Amino acid sequence: MSAIAYNDTVVRQFSIMTVVWGIVGMLVGVIIAAQLTWPALNFDIAWLTFSRLRPLHTNAVIFAFGGSALFATSYYIVQRTCQVPLFAPRLAAFTFWGWTLVIVLAAITLPLGMTQSKEYAELIWPIDILITLVWVAYGIVFFGTLAKRTIPHIYVANWFYAAFIITIAVLHVINNLAIPVSMSESYPIFSGAVDATVQWWYGHNAVGFFLTAAFLGMMYYFIPKQANRPIYSYRLSIVHFWALISVYMWAGPHHLHYTALPDWVQSLGMVFSLILLAPSWGGMINGIMTMSGAWHKLRSDPILKFLIVSLSFYGMSTFEGPMMAIKTVNALSHYTDWTIGHVHSGALGWVAFITIGSLYALIPKLYGKQEMYSTSLINTHFWVSTIGVVLYISAMWIAGVMQGLMWGAVNDDGTLTYTFIESIKATYPYYIVRFLGGLMFLGGMFIMMYNVWKTVERDEMIKTFTTTGFKQPALEGAIA
Amino acid sequence: MSNGWSWFIIIMTIGTIIALCWLLFTTARPNGKDETETTGHVWDDDLTELNNPLPVWWLMLFIITIGMGIAYLSWYPGLGNYKGMLDWTQVKQFEEEYAEMEERQKLALEKFVDMDIPSLIKEPLAMKTAANVFSNNCAVCHGSTGKGANGFPNLTDKDWLYGNKPEQIQHSISQGRNGMMPNLNLSEDNVKQLANYVFGLSGEKVDQALAQKGKALFATCSGCHGADGKGNQILGAPNLTDNIWLYGASLESIENVLHNGKQGKMPAHGSLLTELEVRLLTAYVSKISQ
Repeated sequence: MSAIAYNDTVVRQFSIMTVVWGIVGMLVGVIIAAQLTWPALNFDIAWLTFSRLRPLHTNAVIFAFGGSALFATSYYIVQRTCQVPLFAPRLAAFTFWGWTLVIVLAAITLPLGMTQSKEYAELIWPIDILITLVWVAYGIVFFGTLAKRTIPHIYVANWFYAAFIITIAVLHVINNLAIPVSMSESYPIFSGAVDATVQWWYGHNAVGFFLTAAFLGMMYYFIPKQANRPIYSYRLSIVHFWALISVYMWAGPHHLHYTALPDWVQSLGMVFSLILLAPSWGGMINGIMTMSGAWHKLRSDPILKFLIVSLSFYGMSTFEGPMMAIKTVNALSHYTDWTIGHVHSGALGWVAFITIGSLYALIPKLYGKQEMYSTSLINTHFWVSTIGVVLYISAMWIAGVMQGLMWGAVNDDGTLTYTFIESIKATYPYYIVRFLGGLMFLGGMFIMMYNVWKTVERDEMIKTFTTTGFKQPALEGAIA
Repeated sequence: MSNGWSWFIIIMTIGTIIALCWLLFTTARPNGKDETETTGHVWDDDLTELNNPLPVWWLMLFIITIGMGIAYLSWYPGLGNYKGMLDWTQVKQFEEEYAEMEERQKLALEKFVDMDIPSLIKEPLAMKTAANVFSNNCAVCHGSTGKGANGFPNLTDKDWLYGNKPEQIQHSISQGRNGMMPNLNLSEDNVKQLANYVFGLSGEKVDQALAQKGKALFATCSGCHGADGKGNQILGAPNLTDNIWLYGASLESIENVLHNGKQGKMPAHGSLLTELEVRLLTAYVSKISQ
């Protein structure tokens, strides 16, 4: 084993907060799912209305849960695969406290109704500036660590994290360019169809680089580690990496089919979404084929189950995405709950599963334990969340296709067969199933929290947040 | 868009596709090494990688999607100002589908074009179409059964703000109506007195002393609602004696109207519906109020 003094304080902090934010974000998700079924659950309180809690849910699961998971794993992986401790440990500590502050501010401002009304970029401009500062610090820490590596080759996981950090910086800054008029209000510098294009260029690449590329980085470290097998194909890594990051950039306009966007923009968005299928699947093939020779491990290792099933969902939703980007399919699926189903097959099935699997592998290592407190609880978590995701996405698929068909049904006399409200009424049973699916997934997260709590003893848990990362490396090296 | 931008888009698009093909062909070439051997790179003690060839089916999938992309961009607009071989636009598609729907509607409803309102009411097929038009255009405010809601008139009763003759209903639908109850700037006491008097007009139990004082104030109201409070359909002023209350049957809600005034708005539908649809709706509304 190496005796390099890795800086794992910040990794521990982000790892624990990933579980916490996962519970918070998914809880809000379950609440708004319940509100769709039982609207009275907003109790006529403005702060609890669907319109304010929905962005809180998306921000919490993407940026708080997903973001913390990416900070934790990228800091862990970049140190191990470069064989050097983190560059600029004080900045690394700043990224943790800064990012956590962003999340807390989001949790306050969004229910208060402060928003700039851009999907997945709702946060008001002062918070956007804080995000930018944290992100620049993140870039310095990550690329600084890469620069002083002692291993000549850069490991494939780091390619993906690097692309993610650079691209998110560009997307975040450009999409949030605005002229402030007060502390909480601003006007975007773009307008009309240009603003819409920029917004969905941002929105889709947030999916592409935040929720896909970065989590592929996670996959490229934890699957070969956990399976103890070499990665299937280096050249597949190369081709799918470059194809993925170059093609994703074009796909945004498929969010705006049949709108005021010019035809040619829509066409390019659709064509490149279709071409995106193979590059996306490249990562799935590389991950799953890495298991060859180690398939038997799936029987006994629920962590591997999480990791491999995440790739199945990844493959499924990256097939579904290009399909839905085709104009004729989109004419049916757009504005329906099919989109919600698609997003969650990616967000729960891929992003959350790969994160959960990686954390179960990571947390014992971070706290010097052999393994998690209970393997059978990991197994329970796996089954509860798998059933939850399947219930969720199948309910939304059926509901979405049904809505699309109902909205498009026309009688012989040219009148619409169904009113909008009839389609809502027909969706109720599926909303209940979706709520139950979400509840199961949230339940799984509580099982995880318990397991983590039992693995990491109380004193160490407290110490995680009371030590300052930049003073620790020497000590930690001794423990490792 | 200008030619410069058009060429920029064409070059970027085709350049990206060519770059993808180049990437595929250079990486797909056999490397002559034993596939069971790792590349020799090692990270974190035990992370290694093989260098298996690209799966053929995956390579084919990639090439097919690129081919489909190129085909699509030659048929449809996408490459800058190039219109595409099919000369397709979304506006054209919309217009074609719309024309087709109009044609279908014309065929189905042809026989009703020359019928008057009373005959339309007796045509079950006409009423079926009308019910669908009502559901998709009127039900949002007036309710799926036409019984209305607070601020939105009940269409199934005998009370009519603007009259129930076919031409009056037709006018309400196609031109819309603007109801206007002004804020009279009355004192708190006067509002209470007037509200008691008005509520009493429908035979409700009210404070007689207050109502008596209110009666004296009613002169202001009679300009629109009439001296007897029975309303005026030309102005859309409601009948105050029939115990039908658009904004709620309580002293409190009447006081609220007197305090703040009310603006009622039935939006004009003449530009949203065909003339026949308006007449079908007129017949339908007459029918549900009978």
